Amino acid sequence: MDLHVGPDRPSPAERAAVDAVVTSVGRAVAVEGERFTRGGVHRAAERRHLLLPALHALQEAAGWITPGGLNHAAEALGVPPAEAYGVATFYDLFATTARPATVVRVCDDVGCRLFGAAAIDAALAAGGLTDAERHASPCLGLCDHGAAALVQRVGARPAEVRAVATATMPVVEGGAAGRRLLARVGRVDPGSLEDYRALGGYAALTRSMDMGPDAVIAAVSAAGLRGRGGAAFPTGAKWRAVADQVGRPRHVVANADESEPGTFKDRVLMEADPFALVESLTIAGLAVGAERGWVYVRGEYPLARARLEGAIAAARVAGLLGPSVAGCGRAFDIELRVGAGAYICGEETALFNSIEGYRGEPRNKPPFPTTHGLFGEPTAVNNVETLLNVPAIVLHGPEAYRAVGTAESSGTRLFCLSGHAARPGLYEHPFGVTLRAVIEAAGGVAGGRSLQAVLLGGAAGTFVTPGQLDVELSFEGARAAGVALGSGVVMLFDDGVDLHDVLVRMARFFRDESCGQCVPCRVGTQRVLEWLQTPSPDPAVLDDLMSVMTDASICGLGQTATSALRSARSAGLTLRERRP
Amino acid sequence: MFGAGGGTSSYRDAQETDLVVLWGSNAREAHPIYFHHVIKGVRRGARLWCVDPRRTSSAAWADGWLGLNVGSDIALANAVGREIIHAGLVHREFVARATQRFDDYAASVEPYTLACAEEITGVPAEAIRELAHAYAGAPRAQLCWTLGITEHHNAVDNVLALINLALLTGHVGRPGSGLTPLRGQNNVQGGGDMGAVPDRFPGFQPLVDPAVRARFEAAWGVALPAVPGQHLSLMFEAMEHGDLRALYVIGENPADSEADGLRARRLLDGLDVLVVQDIFLTRTAEMADVVLPAAAGWAETEGTVTSSERRVQRVRRAVAPPGEARDDLAILVELAGRLGVDWGVVDARSAWDEMRALSPMHGGMSYARLEAARGLQWPCPTDDHPGTTVLHERLWADPLEGPRAPFVPVAWVPPFDPLDDEFPLRLTTGRTLDSFNTGVQSAGYEPPIRRGRDLDLSAVDAARLGVTVGERVRVSSRRGSIEMTVAVRTELPSGLAFTTFHFADDADVNVLTVDAWDPKSGTSEFKATAIRVDRLAALGETAR
Repeated sequence: MDLHVGPDRPSPAERAAVDAVVTSVGRAVAVEGERFTRGGVHRAAERRHLLLPALHALQEAAGWITPGGLNHAAEALGVPPAEAYGVATFYDLFATTARPATVVRVCDDVGCRLFGAAAIDAALAAGGLTDAERHASPCLGLCDHGAAALVQRVGARPAEVRAVATATMPVVEGGAAGRRLLARVGRVDPGSLEDYRALGGYAALTRSMDMGPDAVIAAVSAAGLRGRGGAAFPTGAKWRAVADQVGRPRHVVANADESEPGTFKDRVLMEADPFALVESLTIAGLAVGAERGWVYVRGEYPLARARLEGAIAAARVAGLLGPSVAGCGRAFDIELRVGAGAYICGEETALFNSIEGYRGEPRNKPPFPTTHGLFGEPTAVNNVETLLNVPAIVLHGPEAYRAVGTAESSGTRLFCLSGHAARPGLYEHPFGVTLRAVIEAAGGVAGGRSLQAVLLGGAAGTFVTPGQLDVELSFEGARAAGVALGSGVVMLFDDGVDLHDVLVRMARFFRDESCGQCVPCRVGTQRVLEWLQTPSPDPAVLDDLMSVMTDASICGLGQTATSALRSARSAGLTLRERRP
Repeated sequence: MFGAGGGTSSYRDAQETDLVVLWGSNAREAHPIYFHHVIKGVRRGARLWCVDPRRTSSAAWADGWLGLNVGSDIALANAVGREIIHAGLVHREFVARATQRFDDYAASVEPYTLACAEEITGVPAEAIRELAHAYAGAPRAQLCWTLGITEHHNAVDNVLALINLALLTGHVGRPGSGLTPLRGQNNVQGGGDMGAVPDRFPGFQPLVDPAVRARFEAAWGVALPAVPGQHLSLMFEAMEHGDLRALYVIGENPADSEADGLRARRLLDGLDVLVVQDIFLTRTAEMADVVLPAAAGWAETEGTVTSSERRVQRVRRAVAPPGEARDDLAILVELAGRLGVDWGVVDARSAWDEMRALSPMHGGMSYARLEAARGLQWPCPTDDHPGTTVLHERLWADPLEGPRAPFVPVAWVPPFDPLDDEFPLRLTTGRTLDSFNTGVQSAGYEPPIRRGRDLDLSAVDAARLGVTVGERVRVSSRRGSIEMTVAVRTELPSGLAFTTFHFADDADVNVLTVDAWDPKSGTSEFKATAIRVDRLAALGETAR
């Protein structure tokens, strides 16, 4: 390949950081003495997926990705430096210009800004942190804790700071059906495989091996399990499609890039019960005939990352991952990949590109992941919550699973209660529960104030007014009511909230997070933001923008970026700008 | 191959194959058009292997690069063949049905063990084994070569060693599988096809065949000599012996391009008459008694060219040639008239039609068809023949059509110019992307990527010699000595030096090269010169 690498060289620390990532597989060009070299595009292509880990290593080593460090990664992996730069600049957690050794990223997203994000930032500034050391952040997935921050330090992995503004500690509760997905949360030692097993862990994997792949997929289909990431696609059908791709290498991917503002359910599951994800993904892998599983966890979840690393390592030691899973003779292993601050990477094809070492831009569909997914190979990609439903289906059968929920929406659903909920936290309810019941389970509105609106489903979801609280929360109920379940976000806004400010923040979020690949989204998100900031905007302009973005964007980001705004307007919520 | 001087495959076969071997070819720079097709193949999953003393820019694309000693190609090829045989990877069905003399070949390569080949070539045995298995194991494979194979005193043997590998594995005569000698100019193939070789008529028809000769004599109305003419190397020998006293040079610059350049210039200088026909006043033209200014083949003349995939394509005149320049055909017709023969009105089309009436492989290539089809690949004998994308498909016909293809055992011999204590470094010459041969057509501009004036050395040799980048040094061979500037390049193994011959005015490199040539091809061994490098300070000279 024609790699043209500039003159900048890495520091010893940067060199060591990249080499540690690359060492196990060797560099893209392997010089074996003076007379024999291995290299070429195929060898480089096999290493491209290490670019994202290498960039993380550089970021952590120097606090930013220096030209010399980037050159070294490009050479080691056989990636053109311009492409490597394009990938590095794609992610918010990476800096490609010099930066202070410590940067505090204060979440100022819709949830945290209700709880003093601005005050925290001001306090940090008063405490001596310069502008360069403070960085506003989109949602860090800690909405149940109130205002939060992520700290990046040279020589260390990012660490999160759970802020203190809220009076109540988050809760984890099961609803009327009791805890299914949350059964072990708070009760199991997340670092102990033995503890996990003692609480019933890995019984489902054993049972699934007795059943065989076809029976497992049939059970998942019969249970009516549908995706919890937002699209509600039938999981069994997805698995069947991948399993049918006989003769091709296949993958299963756990989408743990939970970035929808207001969403934290997968973080809680991964932090509190990491082995459950490892086991569930293993069952999925064996069912569809994949030998490789991937967990893509967002970079803002350092604790979840650490817990998963520990769980995967422990499972390998115990023979539950590896060349013969639990002695069954079939190979399956899991690789953990860490995102770097890009909402769009939660879109399944953008996630594939991110793992593969490219900019996290969504691909056109079709072809769909079930035939052309990760590395172009058949892939079953599922949300963490979706996967964690599988063990119960395998263990207790589809009928028992369907005993809870509604006709089209079987089982339970996790809801992320935040904002002005009296007791914010993660709640598990049977499908079909009313929004009112969900809110009441969380103690209603904090401080006894009156409810102004509920953001349901996240930034890409819909606003619900106090008059609509009897909506039934199931796929069919939400569809009939014209609201979005999305990722289970239930964010309450009391009557003191400036909803216009919330909408502007959401518009800024989509403007910032649009990958820029397609014009309707790239330009549209900016224009929507401008429209919201115009004193007397023309409604017809917004209608045009919204229909173009919905109809013509490549992926769900642009298609749903105006969903909440649209619902707020049609619900007649007060959207005028409030001035103090 | 097997009697006709053309590659067996099409460019498309480089795209639709599983393996490409570039042997003695830096196609990335010297054949950029062909390399585009290789890149397409690689992007579609084909593996690429490069066999070259230098880790070239082509090798930078390769899955594997084998850096053999200059001139050790036969030892390497024979070891690959032996490994294929011993590993049981021979295409038995093909060998049994379509080839002959396999047993002779197998016996001839038996001494070339991997260890023996490592000794001769310098390439690790494991790398040779991998290449053998990759080539033999590929469902389809292209074996390509260029001047790294043919600019040797045993050029034809080098080629035969590679052909043997294709016969062994059945990698010839099928889509995606073939033998491809890459042509360095847009019409090298066409020159040979048209009979610009000493012993052939157009279409590779042998001069010595009375029936062929009779047809041409009938068409042209003259008696033709039955004795083949001389190729360039023989011509210079004839000049040396005083047998050749007049030379008419068309579009060639031997004063700069011949090996052992001092000798070449001395012999050109001693001629009674030297006529040069060229588009620029080359160094050779400067020595000439008569210079005939010619039109450029590109854009100033009508006619055809033939590419490395045997594709005949039209070229068209778009602008008038400057001044008194005329196209080659007009000059030749006028010259014939001055010599008393009236050829009548001859234009490119009538000359072409006459040629294809006499050359069966071109018979179906009318201008109308060439234009409609955007070029046709020979053989294309009749007006309804679609042209031939893959040569020698007959070898796969059942039953076999025509004669069996023979294995030809060949033995390795070292380069003519040996290394010793006095001349310990191996100099090999080549080409760079932006320059063309002696620079006649490319020296007039200065692209930013230009390089090649320097003497490239490995870091090891530069350190051993105590020379630094940019230093002027004296470079000497057994024939002559020039001053050059040192560059240090990582693509060179120790013991190897490299330069181009693009800049004869700056670095008269062919003063150094050896004119030992292959009696079968007439090509000189440009690729293997023994040199020494001395610091000017050590010689008591002052830098320019």
